[in-house]
Amino acid sequence: MLLVPRRRQDTTSPPVENARRGFRIDAPWVFVLPYLLGAAFLIAYPLGYGFWIARDPLNYLQLFNDPTYWGAAVNTLLFLGVGVNVTLVLALLLSGFFAIRRWWIKALLPVFILPWAIPSVSAYLSVHWMLNSENGMINTILRGIGFTSPPEWLNTYSWAITGAIVAFIWQWLPFWTLILLAARMAIPPSVYEAADIDGATGIRRLAYVTFPLLRGTYLTSTLLAAIWTLSDYNAVNFVTGGAPGDTTHVLATLGVDYAFEIGFVELGVSVGLTALPLVVILIVLLVSRLKKEAGGAA
Amino acid sequence: MNATGMTATTSRRLGNAALPLLGIVLVVWSLLPVYHMAVVSLSPDDELFDGTLAPAHPTLDNYATVLSQDDYTVQFFWVQLWNSIVVSGFSAFGILAIGTLAAFAIVRLQPRWGGLLTNTALATYVIPLSFLAIPLYKTMANYNLLGTRAALVLATITFGSPYAIWVLSQYARSSIPFELDEAATIDGAGPWRMYFQIFLPLMKPPMVVVGIYALLLAWNEYLLAFLFLSDEEAMTLPVTLGNFLNSDQVPWNLMMATALLYALPPVIIYYCFQHNVSSGSTAGGVKN
Repeated sequence: MLLVPRRRQDTTSPPVENARRGFRIDAPWVFVLPYLLGAAFLIAYPLGYGFWIARDPLNYLQLFNDPTYWGAAVNTLLFLGVGVNVTLVLALLLSGFFAIRRWWIKALLPVFILPWAIPSVSAYLSVHWMLNSENGMINTILRGIGFTSPPEWLNTYSWAITGAIVAFIWQWLPFWTLILLAARMAIPPSVYEAADIDGATGIRRLAYVTFPLLRGTYLTSTLLAAIWTLSDYNAVNFVTGGAPGDTTHVLATLGVDYAFEIGFVELGVSVGLTALPLVVILIVLLVSRLKKEAGGAA
Repeated sequence: MNATGMTATTSRRLGNAALPLLGIVLVVWSLLPVYHMAVVSLSPDDELFDGTLAPAHPTLDNYATVLSQDDYTVQFFWVQLWNSIVVSGFSAFGILAIGTLAAFAIVRLQPRWGGLLTNTALATYVIPLSFLAIPLYKTMANYNLLGTRAALVLATITFGSPYAIWVLSQYARSSIPFELDEAATIDGAGPWRMYFQIFLPLMKPPMVVVGIYALLLAWNEYLLAFLFLSDEEAMTLPVTLGNFLNSDQVPWNLMMATALLYALPPVIIYYCFQHNVSSGSTAGGVKN
């Protein structure tokens, strides 16, 4: 209905008005002003402020001689290398499972996305108590099925970091499975029909048709997952709290710990800044990928 | 032909046995921590350390304690619940306002700097927030906003709006015909009238998606809330949950009852708007 103009105004022409100089309340930049103000005061300023706070090179020297820092760096890389990749590979396989048309698999999906719907603070606190070596549910189950001395999860570095990473995978698996499931569903059936005619079935269809078509989404997902993982504070903070003995920190939790538990703010900010090269690479790759995909869709 | 037929039957037989097994594993995997939360929240104090798979004498006492604020750990439960609601509501409103305004300007008014702004918004979308949290804390101190819920709302709006701009402008570009704008211009409508009378009503579907995203983003935020809010009466619920760990003798049953109550609103939203939530996450960034 709006397509039909009711009344034409033919005497006054808008272009004349537009040519007038000075402030106009309907200029495009007025519409983006709220965003720009927020970005200036709460992103650009703190970013610059952060660089200024952490300007002392001695802080970095101190960090590089600090075994806790190197431990946190290694753990961060474990979260990125193991956590992200295991999540995405499992999500890719499970997206195939959930694409199967059976009533009970359809009914399973709402149960499967529950970990994603639960706030991470609640979920990780629950996992924390589950991993208690004396009274935790995990060890109760393990003793029940015959393990006489189950691991002391949060008192052993390797078990504690494994627990944190598994909890993190638990929380994020449904999200990435849904993303890859949606990408899988977006493959037109005609592609599969053509593959059928060419004799590509089973594993071959998976390897030569499905995976190549999911490649773009998979790569973008990996990059996004990497940057969100790098930024994750809750998994380590609530599952292990850095225990045992500050060995399971990641850079995100160590920075906050140095700044607010020890009260050395400059050192805390420096911890975050040491991840800057990785962050910049990830952001540049991501922005170009996201732009490209949006361009393809538009 | 014969060979492919055989592989298909074999894999189907294999699938018939393996698929239900995988299904059971997935159910246990997905539910165990949630089941554990429920079990602990239903356990009386003297059963907390028994290490059982189900409470021998399940009780709702812990919920009663939380809801009547009958313990010092939960003495501000209702006001903190209210804080969480208020912070989420204002954040969602702010994110929607900023997102629709910016998307309208970029897509419908088409300024020269539209592409640059989209890039900037995308880059800020993926900034790792926890590395910026400490400078942001100092910044809020400089602005004299530390300790206020406004600080949390403003930060959430700022870090939530890039995603909103991204999703909303994609929809505005692909799903609202540009002829509408031309017709409105001929009718003599300026940009603001176009924004309120044409753009906003047609943007409802992506606004539901972004609104849910914003509500959940604010509701789930822990680190910033923990840093900004130190007064118990100004705190949101996740901060209180985290503070439970500081007690000498952690009351795990009260904590899990609170954690479950806190998890309830997002879970309800997820299941009521499941379609919108998942379509939003596909549209946002990882669109194929």
